[in-house]
Amino acid sequence: MAEPGIRELLSGNEAVARGAYEAGVKLAASYPGTPSTEILETLAERFPSIYSQWSPNEKVAFEVAIGASIGGARALVTMKHVGLNVAADPYMTFAYTGVGGGLVVVSCDDPEMHSSQNEQDNRFYARMAQVPFLAPSDSQEAKDMLITAYEMSEIFDTPVMLHMTTRISHSKAVVELGERVSGPDKRFIKDQKKYVMIPAHARLRHVVVEDRLEKLRHFTEETPYNRVENNGSDIGIITGGVSYQYCKEVAPDFDYFKIGMGYPLPFGKIEQFIKAHKRVMVVEELEPFYEDMIRAYGMKVEGKKFTGTLGELSPYRVALAFKEAGLIDKVEAPEISSEEFFPRPPVLCPGCPHRGAFMALKKLGVAVAGDIGCYTLGVTEPLNAMDTCICMGASIGNAIGMEKVQGSKTGTVAVIGDSTFIHSGITGLLDAVYNKSNVTVMILDNRATAMTGGQQHPGTGKTLMGEDAARVDLFKLCQALGVESVRELDAYDYDAAVAMIKEEMARPGPSVIITTRPCVLMPVRIMDEPYVVDMELCNGCSACFRISCPAIAASHETNKHGHPKAVIDDTMCTGCTLCAQICPTEAIILKSHFVKTEVTR
Amino acid sequence: MITGTSANILIVGVGGQGVLLASEVISEVAMNGGLDVKKSEIHGMSQRGGVVSSHVKIGPKVYSPTIGEGQVDILMAFEQAEGLRAASWMRKDGVAIVSRTSLIPAIVTGSKVHHYPEDAIGDLAKKITHVIAVPADQIAAELGNPRLVNTILIGVLSNHLSFPEDIWIETLKSKVRRQFVEINIEAFHRGQAVSTERVKA
Ligand SMILES: Cc1ncc(C[n+]2csc(CCOP(=O)(O)OP(=O)(O)O)c2C)c(N)n1
Repeated sequence: MAEPGIRELLSGNEAVARGAYEAGVKLAASYPGTPSTEILETLAERFPSIYSQWSPNEKVAFEVAIGASIGGARALVTMKHVGLNVAADPYMTFAYTGVGGGLVVVSCDDPEMHSSQNEQDNRFYARMAQVPFLAPSDSQEAKDMLITAYEMSEIFDTPVMLHMTTRISHSKAVVELGERVSGPDKRFIKDQKKYVMIPAHARLRHVVVEDRLEKLRHFTEETPYNRVENNGSDIGIITGGVSYQYCKEVAPDFDYFKIGMGYPLPFGKIEQFIKAHKRVMVVEELEPFYEDMIRAYGMKVEGKKFTGTLGELSPYRVALAFKEAGLIDKVEAPEISSEEFFPRPPVLCPGCPHRGAFMALKKLGVAVAGDIGCYTLGVTEPLNAMDTCICMGASIGNAIGMEKVQGSKTGTVAVIGDSTFIHSGITGLLDAVYNKSNVTVMILDNRATAMTGGQQHPGTGKTLMGEDAARVDLFKLCQALGVESVRELDAYDYDAAVAMIKEEMARPGPSVIITTRPCVLMPVRIMDEPYVVDMELCNGCSACFRISCPAIAASHETNKHGHPKAVIDDTMCTGCTLCAQICPTEAIILKSHFVKTEVTR
Repeated sequence: MITGTSANILIVGVGGQGVLLASEVISEVAMNGGLDVKKSEIHGMSQRGGVVSSHVKIGPKVYSPTIGEGQVDILMAFEQAEGLRAASWMRKDGVAIVSRTSLIPAIVTGSKVHHYPEDAIGDLAKKITHVIAVPADQIAAELGNPRLVNTILIGVLSNHLSFPEDIWIETLKSKVRRQFVEINIEAFHRGQAVSTERVKA
């Protein structure tokens, strides 16, 4: 990245990485998760002087960052919103101990669930832990606020949250770069009353937390991040984050109370603002976090009645809310109405080894406790072979519970990716062994955290910063946990997959099947010789359509019932052979063979 | 030509087509041209063949990183059905630059419920007054590299924004690898030369 004073187009995530650099951060830890992933990727790529690492999960990442803070350095920990659920335990108690070097946790929420399983509002985590948070509304603020957050962290002896959302993380805007500061020169100071949270110490720290909150209540009244923009209007809008931008676009002439520090709220300033305006509306995404707190303080505001609590806001949604509230006269409705349209959902890639596993599971018709990763796409039509997906690592526990109440006759299989297994599946498997469950666990080991873009993890043999690392042996790990039957499977072998899953389900006690084919995209793109369809042999039965491969399409030729025959896009086909294996007329053949037979014919 | 200094540009396509790189180039051109710019996109699942869209907003001062429904001035579609799908985002008098590419997803293949439009570009021309159909695949094939679709479409777009050509060229140069600079500049010019004639409804 370029020099101080230069203006660059940065995403919110890149701006946070730049901010970490400018703030003199020494260590950054994370587990990938959309929309937060690029923060650490940018750090590793552009600022290798900062030590950064992927941890096996968010809890460990948080604990590593806490260690760095206690060791005296400025530390950064980043995660998607649900990641903080996993890391909530260290987070909640670290709020008591406070910091050595400053610590900032970046929480990236995902209103609208573009890539998530829920749209929880993590501002509540700030309040729950009595930890202050700053909420940027664009990339420049993301960088500047991160730097301020480190100062606050050290002044008030507290972790600080930077609350981002997908639109902040993944939008690019012009950012002016600043100088790097060196950060405080601190080291570890033994202080057991501060860092050893036995009840006797924790009771004292809780008092400190309350005192700190009082100080923060003064600070939040002073900080320029909570500011009033006066335009002489009698309508006042209280807003922050990306919602501020939407509001300004729709109604630049209203007066604004821009919230940059969202917890604790500056009630004094807000009260003045409310008193000075005829109508005041709060505009925020998801929960009425600000609105409820302002109400609880005894002031009258409106908000959620008009904006709703679901999904993302947008300039258009804000305009409709203003209209409904009677703040503006009319909204320019789109001139062109939208129509029903075919869907284009994401699908497993051509050659994805997960496909073989789901074809077999579909064939067997068993209940499949699923998990989160690319393989969650096994739920989509026409594969339709996944029955649960709750949170990372849940599949194994879910399968155990289902099996305990239903008996093993129906058969329950847990399906979990390698990164997810390492993240939080190991303890589930231990439970299966300990409590004598009959579950069959399939670890779909593609040697990548593919869903989020192919990040390294303890099973890949590389670190975030590109160094070689020990590679956990999942086979031996499962054996060491006490699983007696651990087997490897080539998921490109359909019959073998069906047979092996059947056998393992019939076997008493837990068993593990580990698939061994790597992701076709990462670390190298796999492209073996493609297959093609022999139109003379294809009878249009559509069996190959049902494995949901993007490389297989309907051709213009039809069978006698008018059903289309198949055609394979040979630029997409990776030669995995799965479609050829299930074709009843052996019409799918290697391209080179096809050319030969064409010639001889 | 968008004559003022503001433009709302929506770029749509399918994962892997190069939508994000295109929006990157356009945004930097705007910044290098002295304007404020914001761009926003959703790319969580983009590598898995889903719809990808990128909003680029240009102006003296830009607030929202996303464009409101019905406020798009220029649509740039890498795939014709995706162009049609995005129609409701547009103003009627906007410009739609649509590649003749069609990518039919697996879910439509052999389905009785879902249909891929017969003539997406024609349908779009019934809704938007100014639709430009670009034989981008064909031009890219003539230039010997299917990845150039991107730059060809950017060339077409440049006819509708008032930035000087050298800003486009310099920005392109900074975004592509050295050995591909020449061919990308050629692709840009081929795009510029594409007829701006409207598709008849
Ligand atoms: C607590 C939590 N952290 C992170 C994520 C984001 N996330 C979803 S799936 C996934 C990992 C998928 O990797 P893997 O299990 O190896 O499956 P693959 O995508 O490679 O098939 C991640 C990081 C999440 N949903 N929840």
